[in-house]
Amino acid sequence: MAKQRIVSTSINGDPVEFLAAPRQTLLEVLRDNLDLVGTKEGCSNGNCGACTVILDGRLVDSCLVLAVEVEGSELETIEGVAPIDGLHVIQDAFLDQAALQCGICTPGFIMSTKALLEENASPSEDEIRFHLAGNLCRCTGYDKIVRAVQQAAEGVTH
Amino acid sequence: MATVEDRQFRIEPFPGGTPGNLRLVEDGRLPDYDVVGTRPIRHDGTDKVTGRARYGADIKLSGLLQGYVLRSPHAHARIKSIDTSKAAEVPGVHAVCTNADMPSADHRAGDLGEGIVDWYHLNQNVLASDKVLYTGHAVAAVAADSVHIAEEAARLIEVEYEVLTPVLDVREARTADAPVLNDDVRTDLQPAGEQGDTPTNVAKHFHYEKGDVDAGFAAAELVIEREFTTKTVHQGYIEPHTATALWSPDGKITVWTSTQGSFMIRMQVAELLGVPISKVKVVPMEIGGGFGGKIAVYLQPVAAVLSKLSGRPVKLNMDRSNVFDATGPTPGSYMKVKIGVDADGMITAGEAELLFEAGAFPGSPINPGCMCVFACYDVPNGRIDGYDICVNKPRSNAYRAPGSTHVAFATETIVDEICEARGICPVEFRLKNAVKEGDERVDGVTYPPIGMWETIKAVELSDHWQSSLDGPNRGRGIASGFWFNFGGNSVVTATVNEDGTVSLIEGSTDIGGTRAAVAMQLAEILGIAAEDVTPTVVDTDSIGHTDVTGGSRTCHATGLAAIKAAEDIQAQLCQRAAMLWDVEADQVEYDGRATLSGPEGKTISFQEIAGKLTQTGGPVVGRGSVNADKHGGAFGTHIADVEVDPDTGKVQILRYTVVQDVGTAIHPSYVEGQMQGGAAQGIGWALNEEYHYGDDGHLHNATFLDYRIPTCYDLPDIETIIVEVPNPGHPFGVRGVGEVPIVPPPAAMANAIYRAAGVRMRSLPMSPPKVLHELLASDE
Repeated sequence: MAKQRIVSTSINGDPVEFLAAPRQTLLEVLRDNLDLVGTKEGCSNGNCGACTVILDGRLVDSCLVLAVEVEGSELETIEGVAPIDGLHVIQDAFLDQAALQCGICTPGFIMSTKALLEENASPSEDEIRFHLAGNLCRCTGYDKIVRAVQQAAEGVTH
Repeated sequence: MATVEDRQFRIEPFPGGTPGNLRLVEDGRLPDYDVVGTRPIRHDGTDKVTGRARYGADIKLSGLLQGYVLRSPHAHARIKSIDTSKAAEVPGVHAVCTNADMPSADHRAGDLGEGIVDWYHLNQNVLASDKVLYTGHAVAAVAADSVHIAEEAARLIEVEYEVLTPVLDVREARTADAPVLNDDVRTDLQPAGEQGDTPTNVAKHFHYEKGDVDAGFAAAELVIEREFTTKTVHQGYIEPHTATALWSPDGKITVWTSTQGSFMIRMQVAELLGVPISKVKVVPMEIGGGFGGKIAVYLQPVAAVLSKLSGRPVKLNMDRSNVFDATGPTPGSYMKVKIGVDADGMITAGEAELLFEAGAFPGSPINPGCMCVFACYDVPNGRIDGYDICVNKPRSNAYRAPGSTHVAFATETIVDEICEARGICPVEFRLKNAVKEGDERVDGVTYPPIGMWETIKAVELSDHWQSSLDGPNRGRGIASGFWFNFGGNSVVTATVNEDGTVSLIEGSTDIGGTRAAVAMQLAEILGIAAEDVTPTVVDTDSIGHTDVTGGSRTCHATGLAAIKAAEDIQAQLCQRAAMLWDVEADQVEYDGRATLSGPEGKTISFQEIAGKLTQTGGPVVGRGSVNADKHGGAFGTHIADVEVDPDTGKVQILRYTVVQDVGTAIHPSYVEGQMQGGAAQGIGWALNEEYHYGDDGHLHNATFLDYRIPTCYDLPDIETIIVEVPNPGHPFGVRGVGEVPIVPPPAAMANAIYRAAGVRMRSLPMSPPKVLHELLASDE
């Protein structure tokens, strides 16, 4: 096994240093090294979106990023979405609209929704569906997820 | 009594939903509940939107080792030897195991709740010692300091195989000269109970007959017989299988896993490892989808064996390719179905021959397939033969209404052909032929009160059906489907807290909101708010045996247990009030608004008396334990509008409506979610999903890129119309909702494609190349 390296980064606003082997993915380090298990593993090859995080403002599948690549980056994960005193408007919308069943894909959907609404505060339904097409959900048929994103967009706008 | 035809119905919004969420209401019959039918925030919701909910792979333990499972590269081979010595020497490796580290198993049947398993076959499926029967079949496992060390070590295990010819198609597999997968399998003829005497791939043959089939077809004016095929498909849950186990020196085995049934995992682990069930504790973590595929064990016994050998807790996770290669699937099938109708458009007879892939070991859902094939219609004369046939694919598992989707594709497509040939409206045909209470199915079961007719009525009244569909290459199809639902064992305990709330303990793992649906039923009986009930799913040492979360049973059966627990609380509180007032308990009444009243106008609220329990004899704990046997079967009918691209064969869904009789909707949002999600899975099965095998038996598309489940960009809004024909076997009328909605989509899509493009699709999936092939063939 190759030697581990020290990686300095910021996660959810806090400075974080961690040791990572060159072969480890960002997903593996988040879950196994840093105990940030809210980011989920569904496929490990970039096809399901369950491990979606925001890296320097950009939406990525953390299973497709090597941990050593995030040196100097700013990372946002599901653990950093809710404010101290409650839930983010997106999280409230997912609960109000019953936009989750088993919930394993939910952190990824919430991260994707956050990135969408930061870029486009009033997306059309077609824009929502196009933007979320990289996140797979097997339970809901997506209908209530789309309603939740619409409700969240209302909340963000008004 | 008025006949059903005289009853007056209307469609209206289901309160609290979005504009696409509707219900069928019969004049003068609206349910009157306080909690049931409302939409509270689910109790486990905050944990799940913040990433705090702990799923199977999230468990951390002191000294935890990671494991890796070595899998077969061959679809069919005899194992001649396994040499693990090099793997054991790798630094960081703590244990290596093979089937030889498990007790030997014998041929006995075990009931997993959604299917019967032979313990020898399950033992061989968990770790093969004799033969490997599909690519990805587990052969050995390693536990090490990291998963990477375990994987590198596992690759040093030397397995010598004698490679055999695989057989992948059910029609080939049942021929006399086909390679036989399991030397121990003989054809079991049911329900006659006769057994064949030669090794075969045909594990089971079910035969059902009713009436005079030949006379029925002779009386028909039109008889249509067609052949259908469907491909192997996977449940496609997003969370891969995972198990962590600790075999403690005191002999106790603890397993942390995501499963549909922790008690079924306990039973399987105990049986395969030769220990009493009391020595196994299964801790159900949150489960990331199951759909029938997370009932049988794969990793759990292996993790336990590795823990015993290493003295450390061991975690095993599958990756996505393992999940496709070695778990799941629901069978591919070949079906020949024949239906006859008389001059009035009434069905006179039906006949079906159904061949289902069992996969590596016997156990496809062929029997439910037989029982569902004509379940929606009053078929006076019928004959059904179903075969469970081993092929070199993963051992098949339950998948949402197992077997029913296959057969509905066949029957509902033929029904559409009959309607077209006779010039009958598909809604009218179904209203005339729909099964009703008292009708007998071909397999001999007589229906209790059911709502097939009402779902068709709802279709007839719906805006979707009444709207016009204009434009070229567009068409509308409908199809119906049935599922039995299930009851079974469930236990609930509920403790009244001093602050007037209730802590509810249950054994049903919660896949889609059942904590809320179960808590709401207890709240309704006690007259308190859903938010004042805290439901918790606990391990197998902490509650009585509860069957799997499957069979659409949880809201019904665990709901019944919660209702019984609530009634137990009511009775005990009446005694406490009697004690406070110095009267007899039978002089106290508990009304539905959480108030106890006694003689001389005495009253006390639930909240008040909850605060006095420690002074009147101690905390009150209600108990409910049921073996429910009055689950009501349920029906659904779907409407699909599609547009077929004549140049590519791609099918775009323009509008989709799911109509379903759910009995009573406890939490309508999660009922609608089940209807929408089931439809989405059925649409994926209809249009895209299939296992692609090479002739050598290698699966070529074991990723979500190549096994393409629907994304939100593929699907339209999915409208819902909830029909509520109460199940008399449940105080609120719950039937169960989860499974029916996957059944109609393939046939609804096929019927819509025909109306759009003039081609009858009789093979799933109706993917662009196959639709295009039919379009081009029809042009010639």
